[in-house]
Amino acid sequence: MPFISGRRTGRRGPRRYTRRDLVVLGALLGLPVLLDLAIVWGPTLASVALSFTSWDGIGDIEWVGTRNYVNLFTNYPQFWPAARHNLLWLAFLGLVATPFGLLLAVLIDRGVRFSRFYQSTLYMPVVLSLAVVGFISQLVFSRDQGALNAVLGDTDSPTDWLGDPDLNIWMILLAAAWRHTGYVMILYLAGLKAVDPSLKEAAAIDGASEAQTFFRVTFPTLRPVNVIVGVITVIESLRAFDIVYAVNHGRNGLELLSVLVTDNIIGEASRIGFGSAIAVVLLTVSLGFVVTYLVQELRGEKDR
Amino acid sequence: MTATQAAPARPAPSAPVTARRRLRPGRLGVHAFLMAVSLAFLAPLLLAVYASLRPYDETSEHGYFSLPRHLSLDYYRQAFTDSGMTKYFVNTMIIAIPGVLVTLFLASFVAFALARLKMRGGLVLLMLFTAGNLLPQQVIVTPLYVVFNRIPLPYWMSDSMTMFDSYWAVVLVQIGFQLGFCVFVLANFMRTLPKEILEAAVVDGAGVWTQFWRITLPLCRPALAALGTLQFTWMYNDFLWALVFISDGDKLPITSALNNLRGQFFTDYNLLAAGSVIVALPTLIVFLLLQRHFIAGLTLGSGKG
Repeated sequence: MPFISGRRTGRRGPRRYTRRDLVVLGALLGLPVLLDLAIVWGPTLASVALSFTSWDGIGDIEWVGTRNYVNLFTNYPQFWPAARHNLLWLAFLGLVATPFGLLLAVLIDRGVRFSRFYQSTLYMPVVLSLAVVGFISQLVFSRDQGALNAVLGDTDSPTDWLGDPDLNIWMILLAAAWRHTGYVMILYLAGLKAVDPSLKEAAAIDGASEAQTFFRVTFPTLRPVNVIVGVITVIESLRAFDIVYAVNHGRNGLELLSVLVTDNIIGEASRIGFGSAIAVVLLTVSLGFVVTYLVQELRGEKDR
Repeated sequence: MTATQAAPARPAPSAPVTARRRLRPGRLGVHAFLMAVSLAFLAPLLLAVYASLRPYDETSEHGYFSLPRHLSLDYYRQAFTDSGMTKYFVNTMIIAIPGVLVTLFLASFVAFALARLKMRGGLVLLMLFTAGNLLPQQVIVTPLYVVFNRIPLPYWMSDSMTMFDSYWAVVLVQIGFQLGFCVFVLANFMRTLPKEILEAAVVDGAGVWTQFWRITLPLCRPALAALGTLQFTWMYNDFLWALVFISDGDKLPITSALNNLRGQFFTDYNLLAAGSVIVALPTLIVFLLLQRHFIAGLTLGSGKG
């Protein structure tokens, strides 16, 4: 169904607004815009500016150029592990959880019986708070009483799934994927429902196998959903915070960039300049993806 | 065992019985796979419920994965009486209810202006809101923390006398941050509404407010219901804002307060499990009751990060 867009109509002469209209517009448009600028964009710019200072939140703001960044990259032992964990998070959600969600969506979309039950169950973790996901994962992975060790029957030398710094990030990733898979599945399910069935029929008549039909015909038409899922995956991996914070405050193998930012500002050191530098690293990475996404949106907007 | 299994209201497998198909081996495999995955997804939740019903001594001796000897709701009583979950629950409502209402109201007007009034620069504004919602929270948290510490508020508004450590800070940030997503979704939705109704109203001399409140908004009810459900869950589930902007433990919302159930030297995980179930229950109920809206909200705009 083509969208009826206002853009094509052009200007039919300037529309007149009464004084009352202007007041309503000014107040109800001005307030949200101001709020957005004050809460989101102002602080973003301030973060960038503060990242070039050595401010501690109380004394004078001293300009130190790129010293924070130099320190961050060369002199701050937590930084690279944290960055690596964020990348790992992205890779795991992108290469494991997302394809898995797509697979589930495809299977459910084939109209199997009980599909409503599957759909609800798989989606259920998504409504949970990430903090709750963190606490539940402690029940599963705890060393002495956890369900996983009980299932494995490993009582002599139990594995400390969340305490071992080489291992725990993978367990946390499983917990994160538990939630991410359902999210991706719902988005793809909606996308798949919107695919024109005649496309598939045409492909079938042409003798395409089911796999061919999916990869050559269905998947390309899912492009808008792919873009959205991609953005969500990236943003979610960069924002990751709650789960590790609920498990052990992001220490001992669970460092993440977001945790480092939080530690530097509400920690005792209150190194606001330095914390901002870490935040700016996060911002730079995410802006790359956000801009790509917006360009896509903009193009779609023009096509309408 | 059976008692605990039945506890979380599972959606009845209300299979819309379409034409009866023969079960081919391939189909059977798909069912086996989906059923296995579904059970694996449910298992952690069931485990939390199960653990919360059992005393600490028992699980510490036999592990979580053992047959029950005692089942009781003691931990729930403890969570409510000793740890004051009721208070935290009220705190969450103080934040989430105004948050959702104001966000929806402001966002729907912005979306209306962007989608219906064809203003110059509308696209830039839409991008500004959408991109704002996609930034990592950590990028904006530092300056807000500093600024909120410096904004004095009268005592009747905040007993800490500053914006920091008050609900105002959390509510405001929630609204500011979620506006972007709602504007994006609602603008997309309003574009699909028939224009003729609005044009007729304009011919009749309706002002901007009437066009918005009387004509457009009633048509947006499905989108607003979907967004409201979604936003409520998100604000309810939020963890970071309160953690950073609230220092008084008594003002914490319920998700952030969960940490308090953890003792300083000793953690009773069964109590924590009960706490997790209590925190999860409202969102699960909302989800099961309003599932349709929930999914509609996500797929309507699905630009959420």
